[in-house]
Amino acid sequence: MFTSVDDVSARLAETGYLASPAVATTVFLAARLGKPLLVEGPAGVGKTELANAVARACDARLVRLQCYEGVDESRALYEWNHAKQLLRISAGRGETWDEARTDIFGEEFLLPRPLLTAIRGDDPKVLLIDETDKADVEIEGLLLEVLGDFQVTVPELGTVTATRRPFTVLTSNATRELSEALRRRCLFLHIGFPDAELERRIVRLKAPGVDAALAESVVRVVGALRAMDLRKAPSVAETVDWARTLLALGASTLDETVVRDSLGVVLKHQDDIQKAAAKLDLDAL
Amino acid sequence: MTAAPDPDPADPDLAGTDLVTRLTGLVDALRAHGLRIGTGETVDAARAVEVLGLADRDLLREGLAATLLHGAGGRPVFDAVFDLYFPRGVGVPEGGADADREALRARLAEALAANDTAALARLAVEAVDGFGGYGGSPGSDGWSAYQALDRLRPQTLLARVRDEVRGRDGSGSFADRLLEDEIRRRIEEFRRLVTVEARRRAAERRGRDEIARRALAPTADRVDFLLAGKDRLAEMRRTVRPLARKLATRLAARRRRAARGTVDLRRTLRGSLSTGGVPVKPVLRRRRPARPELVLLCDVSGSVAGFSDFTMLLVQALHDQFSKVRVFAFVNRIDEVTGLLVHGAADPEGLGARIRAEARLTAWHDSSDYGAALGEFTDRYADAVGPRTTVFVLGDARTNMADPHLPAVRDLIRRARRVHWLNPEPRTLWGTGDSAAPAYAELVDMRECRNVRQLDALVGRLLPV
Repeated sequence: MFTSVDDVSARLAETGYLASPAVATTVFLAARLGKPLLVEGPAGVGKTELANAVARACDARLVRLQCYEGVDESRALYEWNHAKQLLRISAGRGETWDEARTDIFGEEFLLPRPLLTAIRGDDPKVLLIDETDKADVEIEGLLLEVLGDFQVTVPELGTVTATRRPFTVLTSNATRELSEALRRRCLFLHIGFPDAELERRIVRLKAPGVDAALAESVVRVVGALRAMDLRKAPSVAETVDWARTLLALGASTLDETVVRDSLGVVLKHQDDIQKAAAKLDLDAL
Repeated sequence: MTAAPDPDPADPDLAGTDLVTRLTGLVDALRAHGLRIGTGETVDAARAVEVLGLADRDLLREGLAATLLHGAGGRPVFDAVFDLYFPRGVGVPEGGADADREALRARLAEALAANDTAALARLAVEAVDGFGGYGGSPGSDGWSAYQALDRLRPQTLLARVRDEVRGRDGSGSFADRLLEDEIRRRIEEFRRLVTVEARRRAAERRGRDEIARRALAPTADRVDFLLAGKDRLAEMRRTVRPLARKLATRLAARRRRAARGTVDLRRTLRGSLSTGGVPVKPVLRRRRPARPELVLLCDVSGSVAGFSDFTMLLVQALHDQFSKVRVFAFVNRIDEVTGLLVHGAADPEGLGARIRAEARLTAWHDSSDYGAALGEFTDRYADAVGPRTTVFVLGDARTNMADPHLPAVRDLIRRARRVHWLNPEPRTLWGTGDSAAPAYAELVDMRECRNVRQLDALVGRLLPV
């Protein structure tokens, strides 16, 4: 998939994803060792976007499994199309039982869900299992089988083994501790806030109208906000939003009034805004 | 003046068996710090080294971290251990012994002003080299980051660096007001680099494995509450909210399971009469949808303040899981502090100070007296505890030789649904000196709770659903 770490950075950058060295290294390793990648980190640092970018960079199809409370095998793996099976049975009245039985459990009546889709077929795929921590503990057992050997057993069809392993990304917001067994099968990547230099580049890329000086001050102020121990530290997504807001407001430099008026774009809690305003010496809001 | 270059693939020292020894040594050191790493991960790490090569140290670091770690919590320990096993350079730079303090400070100020990280790393090496060595005879000599930083005093460069940057870029722009904090962070980074360098040299002298086990700070969730310094406590407090969120999920799961209910045998049999005694329809016991109440009694005297503060914040962060949470603080008198903990208004850092300033916690002396405080609680706040209340007592049960007042505890047990006692002292110290722990432990369920990890497990299990 990739020839070197630099190759990863370059190709992800082409798709509009600027990767830190840590991200690029881990993506490269995941592709090379054929292991799933477990990504954790605060909201809005581009965990899901990473899977999208890898899919675009490799010309692979993105298969996405969104986890939620109560997601089960029939949503994640496969399901039989019962309605169609009934139709088939009632259509073929004169058939013997054996003919009908072998027929209704065939390809045609199978509804593959994301995990099965990702494993079958020869085309390159990226499997994204989003917000794994939202799923119940029971589904982890299923993931263990799928991610350990990249094979799935469907009782009526036999075992399906991946001929070509999909590049797998699991994301988690750590609302629940994922089981140790699942973690062991994955490479672990924590995406934190990027360093100032990288964040400046991200801002310039995502908000092209922002000039270098403004991007620099935006990133500096956001960096200071992150050091403040707020309830919700601003993420990259907020930095970009802020830069775009400033652009829309027509502000070419940061000053007290502009910051005071647009702080709500970056900070999402009233007490955070007050705290930040006090620390940044803004006049009372 | 530079140290030996980065390890490169051609270096025979690092190829083959030595690399394997080094890798397993690194894994052993990480395990000694409580990170669970299996053989499978070690093999993966070796494959990662194979794929990435040894030419780029930063890639190697990220590669090993990706294969060996399972969570973000272990990263600080990993970084420190990695710096020991795969150091930036080896040996001591030549000819640096007669370093000039002022010249070094000048160059440091320059690097700080330019935010030149490579130069800072070089200067850290020089700083340890010039000012960190102590002892003359072999065996008693060593390297001290503390001494190097004490002589160099990088924190006093703040004003100088600030003026230098302002002189160059001009002041007046908005971001200018952030400058001082930014420089402070750069200085902090320099201090860290000096510490890493001093540790590396100590490791060369006294053996890497020993330094990796003894000289590195443990992960935040394994630090003893009673031994944690101010920084570590602040670090722990930052983990309160994620921890609370995790606990809330766990509580919700337990609650869901509990809500499925058990079969109500009496009503099932009664219902079966209409079907000739065959219990066709099982009747489930109904659960009362009452949310439990929680009362916290916290010792906030100096010795255990860090523990109480942390637990109070944690419980407060969980407040929406309970119908009522009331928090009482005591030293030798008890007072309600629930109002001081109101969500959002609570500034975690000043919490302890505010509690001590605004609540009446002491009578005519400052040492804790569990007997008097518990007695006062049963007298004044008897109505706070009812059959739906779970009571947590937090403290080391050191009564300073005063009467432990066991009848008050018995009274509490009689009225509350359950009483738990979390003691931040190691179990082996219970009953030593003025500790009344064994006496209390006979009456209530007392548990050892020395660090965040234990607290997390206990709270998750003991909190009522």
